[in-house]
Amino acid sequence: MDSSRFATRYNRRRFLRTLGSGAALAGADLFLPRALAAESDPIFAGRPLVRYPEKTDLILLTSRPPQLETPMRYFERAITPNDAFYVRYHLSGVPTQVDLATWRLRVGGHVERPLELSLEDLKKKFPPARLVAVNQCSGNSRGRFEPRVFGGQWGDGAMGNAEWVGVSLRDILNMAGMKSGAVDVTFNGLDEPPAPTVPDFVKPLNVATLMDNPDVLVAYQMNGAPLPMLNGFPARLVVPGWYATYWVKHLSEITVLDREFDGFWIKTAYRIPDTPCGCVEPGTKPARTVPIHRMNVRSFLVVPKSGTRVAAGRATTLKGIAFDGGYGIAQVEVSSDGGGTWRRAELGEDLGRFSFREWSARWTPARPGKYRLMVRATNRVGESQPFDPLWNPAGHLRNVIERIEVTAE
Amino acid sequence: MKRRAGILKRVWMLTGLITLLVMAAWAQKNPSVKTIELPADNPTAKLKPGPGADTTELNCMGCHSTDYIVRQPGADAEHWQAEVTKMIKVFGASISDEDAKVIVNYLATAYGPAPPKASAGKTARPGAAPTKTKSRPSRQP
Repeated sequence: MDSSRFATRYNRRRFLRTLGSGAALAGADLFLPRALAAESDPIFAGRPLVRYPEKTDLILLTSRPPQLETPMRYFERAITPNDAFYVRYHLSGVPTQVDLATWRLRVGGHVERPLELSLEDLKKKFPPARLVAVNQCSGNSRGRFEPRVFGGQWGDGAMGNAEWVGVSLRDILNMAGMKSGAVDVTFNGLDEPPAPTVPDFVKPLNVATLMDNPDVLVAYQMNGAPLPMLNGFPARLVVPGWYATYWVKHLSEITVLDREFDGFWIKTAYRIPDTPCGCVEPGTKPARTVPIHRMNVRSFLVVPKSGTRVAAGRATTLKGIAFDGGYGIAQVEVSSDGGGTWRRAELGEDLGRFSFREWSARWTPARPGKYRLMVRATNRVGESQPFDPLWNPAGHLRNVIERIEVTAE
Repeated sequence: MKRRAGILKRVWMLTGLITLLVMAAWAQKNPSVKTIELPADNPTAKLKPGPGADTTELNCMGCHSTDYIVRQPGADAEHWQAEVTKMIKVFGASISDEDAKVIVNYLATAYGPAPPKASAGKTARPGAAPTKTKSRPSRQP
């Protein structure tokens, strides 16, 4: 990754961060719902724009624990600024203070040499690894499910893409030396349950998966800066290509187990139907479920916004992003006739197979009238997006072909 | 007199400025500590008034803000019962049987199923569609 190119992108972000720290001094006044989210999309009805610490105006889903959604306009570009990056917690015991003098990442369990690593240790004792990867909530777009389902009623902004720098988890596990018979590795962060009866948020990854994959990182840097507190300061797990439920924030404990982990957040929650599509007939229950893992293919048309008026007979630029679970995007196509015919869009710079890929296409509406514009992506192994939405009872995995309406006049 | 008030005002402003600088310096001296302050619960997500609203607020707000309730799709008593049962059985919320009944009644009344709509509009993007159709939400673990 060329650092100078990122440097220019970060300048604006630094400026915004400075503004953000000024807001932090204002303390309790932070919660001033600024006007309702100025989005035409009815999914945001009643949801205010709010400014949390180190964050710009985001669309509030819930306040305690906080869940904040990124407005769609940020997805015109491949990199999502740190201050616009969405926020999602499960438990209301959100860490509000971290002292790096005492913070340690503890590695223990079924290992030869238990470790206690400071942030300095992570930076100095291991070679840095960097990659650009999409972090998307398993339930992104859940609010669009029909029939509707319980759970966080997200629009499409529970996702973001950043350049992560950290340590390959494999290097950490090798330093600790896993004993033979290791099965799962669990990850716990500083966030705490509101009561001892509530299951702590702990996620496992399978040892074989981890040792095959050097790209799973313990990241301490996001887009050239330390992680914002609400995105997991001082370090979080980065599991490229997999849904964000595995990307444990404020990482503090890595434990190697000689058995399969069966905690609530893997055994009961974050499960999808055990079918090839991860879907079932709408309104029905799956016979068997498995834990959610790799992301499916998605693409979004960000510019123009739905409802926009464009000039008939004049070329308009359509823009957006596409991504998948790590094979990489092979092509993006657009349709202006409701999916009857498709033509290829131009792909932007390739920031790596786990990243958002920008795309753009020129489109000239021949006559005045209403047009339905659609976008679909295909990855390098031929996976694409369904024309009609697929359904599952937890509201995960949404990846229907997106469509907007514009009027040419 | 007027002049003195002006001086006093300036002194106060200066004091405020010095305080800010001292705070900033303290933060600089303790670079190992990072602190944020989270805002209060969303004041625009109050529960609708109605019998049982107080009981619901009292029992639920120990663990989460009320926007966790008001943002859900409307649902019938059976679905809200399942949700309340999950809070008790899975998350260990200490809600008495009596309160649980009051809460389910309140939720099914104040946040009941949306009235059925005419057409489903399968291919219309919700972003462009004016309304949502009837819902029977399923449970999420």
